[in-house]
Amino acid sequence: MLLSIAWKNVWRNKLRSLIVIVSITVGLLGGLFYLAFSNGMVQQQINSSIKTEISNIQLHNPKYLINDEIKYGIDNPENKIKKIKSLQEVKAVVSRIKSVSMISSAATGTGTTLNGIDPEAEMQATDLYTKITKGTFFKTKLRNPIVIGEKLAKKLRVKIKSKVVITIQDMSGNITYGAFKVAGIFDTHNSIFELGNAFVLKKDLTDLIGYHENKITEIAILLKHNDMTNITETKLKNMFASEINSDELTIRTWKEINPILKMLNDMTIQFTMIFVIIILVALSFGIVNTMLMAIMERVREIGMLMAIGMSKVKVFFMIMLETVFLSITGGIIGLFASWILITITNKTGIDLASVAEGLNSIGYSSFVRPELGIFFYFFIGSMVILTAIFASVLPARKALKLNPAEAVRQDV
Amino acid sequence: MEHFLAKFAKHIKKKVIELTRLIIVISYLEFICLLKIDFWDFTMSIIKTINLNKIYDAETEIPVHAVNDVSLEFEAGEFTAIIGPSGCGKTTLLNLLGGLDRPTSGTVTIDGTDIIKLSSSEIIDFRLRNIGFVFQAYNLVPVLTAKENVEFIMQLQGIPKQQREERVLQLFEQIGLKDRLNNRPGKLSGGQQQRVAVARALASKPKFVLADEPTANLDSKSTSNLLDIMEKLNEVENTTFIFSTHDSRVMKRARRLVSLEDGKVVSDNNQMEHR
Repeated sequence: MLLSIAWKNVWRNKLRSLIVIVSITVGLLGGLFYLAFSNGMVQQQINSSIKTEISNIQLHNPKYLINDEIKYGIDNPENKIKKIKSLQEVKAVVSRIKSVSMISSAATGTGTTLNGIDPEAEMQATDLYTKITKGTFFKTKLRNPIVIGEKLAKKLRVKIKSKVVITIQDMSGNITYGAFKVAGIFDTHNSIFELGNAFVLKKDLTDLIGYHENKITEIAILLKHNDMTNITETKLKNMFASEINSDELTIRTWKEINPILKMLNDMTIQFTMIFVIIILVALSFGIVNTMLMAIMERVREIGMLMAIGMSKVKVFFMIMLETVFLSITGGIIGLFASWILITITNKTGIDLASVAEGLNSIGYSSFVRPELGIFFYFFIGSMVILTAIFASVLPARKALKLNPAEAVRQDV
Repeated sequence: MEHFLAKFAKHIKKKVIELTRLIIVISYLEFICLLKIDFWDFTMSIIKTINLNKIYDAETEIPVHAVNDVSLEFEAGEFTAIIGPSGCGKTTLLNLLGGLDRPTSGTVTIDGTDIIKLSSSEIIDFRLRNIGFVFQAYNLVPVLTAKENVEFIMQLQGIPKQQREERVLQLFEQIGLKDRLNNRPGKLSGGQQQRVAVARALASKPKFVLADEPTANLDSKSTSNLLDIMEKLNEVENTTFIFSTHDSRVMKRARRLVSLEDGKVVSDNNQMEHR
């Protein structure tokens, strides 16, 4: 009964109700799209970072992390990789030799991390090969091939088949040199990564620095899904408990490897949620105003209802229901419209070409695909209901304070 | 001697029986007193006011004595009009009788219940179950149909759907608006709306109906129509009607006229005796 009356009362003044509904819809659309856009940007950055750069989990010798010295490597990596591959969450495992080096061209030189990789295995674990814009990903007959980023190539002023010289410390601690030819240039839209990494064949690097054949500095693990990171980390810690206890191995997830990325993710969500809450609070004032107007127009009717025996609880509940119905209608339309907009823009993507350089320089892609998990829709939906309940208290209290004897005779 | 003793014993026996009877009567009277039953009150009054006063702005320099020491009794089945010029306290008295307002002093007893002593939530429930209201401006809920307006009060009372439906049909037949069941108030004339308001007031089968200037917004034909219906309902359902009015058409039809002036009862006439 109360539900029916409350719903009918919402549509008593159609124009006014529609204005409130549209304002809620537009508010939610703006808030949710902003949330999806920011989330999409951050998630893209996380996914790109995981797929192209750091993978979900990495294993190192703990001393390597302190000194970056290649002598602190992981022995017998094949056994470990075999064990890791037995986990069902694991999609691919790859081993690398990483060392700090200087890369020089005829024009200039700069510091970079040299990654000695196995291209076939690397193609399973990372998508770097898909980012090649010039040349190939080690499918070349060139001797000592090297794959570098576009930004680095630009800085060194080199192109495909150009020669670069790598200056690196060998196992004995002596400085050694090696000449490499540019076989491929990749573009990840991440200036920091492009400038800071160069890739060579593991065998070429091993020969250059005199590294043990059965030793590497890093094992990177790509999982089937990012959500499995924590579970897999726990499994790995149990699997390699003795190595961890003897300080031979350390296991880190992408959140530990790149804490800024995690912080950025958390902060972006928090900031955008605060933004959405501010929108909802602002909307609640509009709802309160509308409901107060609705009550002022119906003083005589509410007085009559109280006079004939409608309890105060029921009057309060009726006003609350009206507010909730009004807000939920706007909320549902707003959530649905947001879902449509986010789904469409997720498929088409948004190209921020005009600010691409700036975004790329801080590691963001300029092509954003807004995305929002179902949780956020439920959360925002619940927030709309809470806002409506909060907004209904004042008008409902106003209605309860009416004196039926005076209210029934009031001229409206 | 033997005869004397027999006569004495018979006398004692008689006195004991008389004494026993007396004790029984006294005990009965004590029991009556204990139950606070007004043994001598044989009237059928359902509303009784004693020294009822309502003063507005009592703490100011110009207090308004809207109801001044009013003591009245209304019996079941009455068709009474409270009359008097504007501002004489008719509506205030009705509000006090209906528990919509609280008196400054005095009591209002409805069917043995002193409504002044009821809490605000109790008085709302009391109104729902005992009093029907008809307002000058009809005050129907515009978003509900005529049927829903009448049914609403029964829903508040928790009456089952089947009974509600039957009662609604019966009332709409009595007010002659059976073909307007599903019309919203906006689609009804003033007279029709007031008839629906009367049906709403009667839907909950109240002990009495308070009608504040029910004909003030109606034309002659609608007024006559409404009064016919209310008279019929008064006779058929023995519903007590108490109006406030300064409409001479209503006064002519009322069986009792209580006249107020400056909040005081200046006359209380049973018109049936005069007719």
